[in-house]
Amino acid sequence: MKILTVENLSKSFGGIHANRDISFDVEEGSILGVIGPNGAGKSTLFDLITGFTKPDTGKVKFFDKDIFGISPDKISNLGVGRTFQKLKPFADQTLLENVMIGAFVKEKDIKRARDRALEIIDFVDLIEKRHHFAKELSTGQRKRLEMARAMAIDPKLLLMDEVTGGVDQKTIPGLVELVKKLKKTGVTIITIEHNINIIMEISDNVLALDQGKRIAFGEPKEIQNNKQVIDAYLGTFDAA
Amino acid sequence: MDTKLEIAKSEPIWNTNNKVISIITGLIILLFVLPVFGMNSFYLHLFIMIFMHAVMAQSWNVIAGFSGQISLGHGAFFGIGAYATSFFYMEYGITPWVSIFFGMFVSAIFAVLIGIPMLRLSGHYFAIATLLIGISFQVVFQRWDLVGAASGLWVTMTPEDSWSALQFHRSKVPYYYVFLIFFLITFFLVWLLSRSKLGYRLRAVRDDPQAALSLCINVSNYKIIAYVISAMIMAPMGSLFAQYILIIDPDRVFNIEISIIVLLITVLGGIGNVWGPIIGAAILVPISEYSRIYLGGTGGAVDLIFYGLILMIICIFRPNGLISFIPKDILERKKQR
Repeated sequence: MKILTVENLSKSFGGIHANRDISFDVEEGSILGVIGPNGAGKSTLFDLITGFTKPDTGKVKFFDKDIFGISPDKISNLGVGRTFQKLKPFADQTLLENVMIGAFVKEKDIKRARDRALEIIDFVDLIEKRHHFAKELSTGQRKRLEMARAMAIDPKLLLMDEVTGGVDQKTIPGLVELVKKLKKTGVTIITIEHNINIIMEISDNVLALDQGKRIAFGEPKEIQNNKQVIDAYLGTFDAA
Repeated sequence: MDTKLEIAKSEPIWNTNNKVISIITGLIILLFVLPVFGMNSFYLHLFIMIFMHAVMAQSWNVIAGFSGQISLGHGAFFGIGAYATSFFYMEYGITPWVSIFFGMFVSAIFAVLIGIPMLRLSGHYFAIATLLIGISFQVVFQRWDLVGAASGLWVTMTPEDSWSALQFHRSKVPYYYVFLIFFLITFFLVWLLSRSKLGYRLRAVRDDPQAALSLCINVSNYKIIAYVISAMIMAPMGSLFAQYILIIDPDRVFNIEISIIVLLITVLGGIGNVWGPIIGAAILVPISEYSRIYLGGTGGAVDLIFYGLILMIICIFRPNGLISFIPKDILERKKQR
């Protein structure tokens, strides 16, 4: 079953085509990796799907529901969670409070919301940090916070913008394990990722963008051997 | 792993510090018995003003401190409350106890009408817009003959003290208790609000609207809800103030100073903190009243210089307000670590 179908999605800011005619779909329960050089339009694509930026033309369907151009709070309410590239924790609130705000979507009662939040915080392995203010956490921990907060709304689809961006090498494997663990719970994931080895390891499908356009879409193996992708992106890495 | 989770779940949601509870209970009892031991009318007035300003500041704290929207026109709701009770009492003889709710209701309606277009503006623009709205209310009431235009309303005095007309001429003690009870109820309700789901969501809107949107929170609706609650807290203080002085006019109850003072009190005491407005009011109101006594009429504006000075010091050294001097483990925000 397709959880997300995107057809010919376009958005331009002034004369710049941030996204042009992008089409792809995502199978329920899978992980889609999105790659592309800086400025390729990856984060814009996330904003268009989640409603943070209004798309110009195209189609976005979540299951059978048309979510093209509707507001971000409504889209998240349907079960689309997201994290941000530039992290947006509620800095002056504790980790627990951050996650509880998400948990209130499913639990009206404060005690049940608290317990639900604690379970998710335990899932992301930060239970001992629960009473720390978000601003006191390290970048890696704040990435986990954002994942936990997004999970708290019980999403069916989770969009994660650069899970491993901006953290040190030692922190990366833990975050990758967490994404895998998350997949096992049944949630569908779309992740923007610069680390090509990670993308190849975790993704079921890969979408490659360059200058706002889709240059390739398919299984990791195909992408790895795609000439356009190599020219635009992989060429700069010593790709396996 | 499981055990840590179980321990976390078994923690109480809120720390209850018995010492703090007993201090607060003691203070409340003290406030109730103070007049019994005899207070001259100046001290009664001083406490009445502290209660009133604490509630007014709390009203501002709900919109600015909880939801992050700086309103500079909150005097409008104070004026609406003042005119509601006075006007309906004089025209139709309706008891202030009922028309207090009219004032709250009308304020709520205006908060929605103002809020829907204005709260789409972000940051400074909302502040500027509310500043102008606050002034425009004053201008309208200065020219509105039905409510006495610029000369305002002189509430007909009852010959005797009257609970139904909410007028007391012989002593300020009844006013003291009326203000005290409104003060306690307001703070209790806002305290509950800050611990509720709504409180959590308002703080989310304040700290990061975008993140709030990603968590199913309709940011504009929540801002409007905060604005309405805030207006409904402000209006009764206007009503009670009108009953207290019995003469209201647009220059007094729609004065821009009202909108500014609530900001000063809250920022001084601690913005976004339920207890901040009490501390702010308990310090600023006496400064203003004493400077009025010693320096005449309007306090020779010395109180304003004081405010400015205090505010500068606070902004530089204690941006979280005086409340931040109280050790964190006493405050509810800090839970066991």
